[in-house]
Amino acid sequence: MNFLKYSSPQTFYPLAGKLIPWFAISAALLILYGLYIGLLIAPTDFQQGEGYRIIFVHVPAAWFSMFLYVIMAAYAALGLALNARLSYMMASSIAPTGAMFTFVALVTGAFWGKPMWGAWWVWDARLTSELILLFLYIGYMSLQASIDDKHRADRASAVLAIVGVINVPIIYFSVKWWNTLHQGASVSLTKSPTMAAIMLKGMLVMAIGFWLYSIAVILLRVRREIEDRERSVALLQEFKE
Amino acid sequence: MNTQSHNSISTFSVLLRVFQRDIRLAWRRRSDIVSVIFFFIIAASLFPLGLGADPKLLHAIAPSVLWVCALLSCMLSLPRMFAADYSDGTLEQLIMSNQPTLLIVLMKTLAHWVLSGLPLILIAPLIGLQFNLSAVELKVLAQALLLGTPTLSLIGSIGSTLTLGVRGGGVLIALLILPLYIPVLVFGAGAVNAVAIGISASGGLALLGAMLAVSLVFAPLAASMALKIAIE
Repeated sequence: MNFLKYSSPQTFYPLAGKLIPWFAISAALLILYGLYIGLLIAPTDFQQGEGYRIIFVHVPAAWFSMFLYVIMAAYAALGLALNARLSYMMASSIAPTGAMFTFVALVTGAFWGKPMWGAWWVWDARLTSELILLFLYIGYMSLQASIDDKHRADRASAVLAIVGVINVPIIYFSVKWWNTLHQGASVSLTKSPTMAAIMLKGMLVMAIGFWLYSIAVILLRVRREIEDRERSVALLQEFKE
Repeated sequence: MNTQSHNSISTFSVLLRVFQRDIRLAWRRRSDIVSVIFFFIIAASLFPLGLGADPKLLHAIAPSVLWVCALLSCMLSLPRMFAADYSDGTLEQLIMSNQPTLLIVLMKTLAHWVLSGLPLILIAPLIGLQFNLSAVELKVLAQALLLGTPTLSLIGSIGSTLTLGVRGGGVLIALLILPLYIPVLVFGAGAVNAVAIGISASGGLALLGAMLAVSLVFAPLAASMALKIAIE
């Protein structure tokens, strides 16, 4: 079976349409299960009390804010390298979801910071670099929106997305490099986590839920984008029949 | 076909002419350069007026204020780097001239730095005096600006090529470029702040130098790519 045939918008459109309900339903189920673990099953933290429970939204959202940026830049690079329309459409469809997760990470961080640090916001390295990530998403979206020629808009914003990738490792390592107020990572692939297994499970379930949700919304947005851009093509085909 | 025989002018002399042309054009419209310098001076003077004349407070905020004003005035002059040559078609001719676009972009960036960054390095210590910075702090400020302002021009070349001929280009440049300027601001102001509290400034200056080296390699690459996208 040749998967490459789905790189054309015409064949990708129906495939995405078929996949969206599956991703959406499983995302909803996993997020509900993750919230159930996080809010009802996980024990109260002995230091942070009930306030820590925002971790189940905060940490996965922060992961996806960075992860989606990298994926967006990868699609942008793919678009520039292969001149593939669908890659550009994927990149521009990822941006709003990534910006949303960045915003959620910042807001839930503020809700967490107020009881724990006594302040809604501190100018700590990780918070600041996450804020820059939000600015990068906004810059990408506004550049895309202000160029009328779609082909040029795609490629210009792709260059910007790739330049911005430099910020992602800075966010990720900021707590290690600057050792500021924001706590270090509690989850790592190489060491055993410094948190209770049930909390970790809740966070991972939420993360997979967010992942499936992202795919569902991004596919939905790509379909709208295809409808928008290929409208003239579709009209021509109808005319021909 | 041997292109070499058709090129009676060497790459080096073309690049030199690109640079000279930018400087000469700017010199004929001196008011443009002077207005950016005055923007820097006025913006920096607003802070003492708004905050009150407490010398301790002014001394504490001086490095950040001077750096933020340097960032903004560099950004204000960015649209001039390519826009005029883009609208009258010169840029198209330059790109079709068979010379490496990368080096042409680098030359125009260098000209932008000479016209906007270099004057700031000369003026900033004077403004620093008004904020009660000591001689050592002024020296570090000048060093930090010397290492940091070329990076600003280099990163700026990406924003200025990406927004060529785009609706609302000026405001858009700010949106695209200011987030990328933040590391320069942090370490530039950090170097001066470090020496103010008696720590060595070498860490901040070294990082500024590293950022200059990295952007010297990658920024012209991204900018010439953006230029080709804009011209097509």
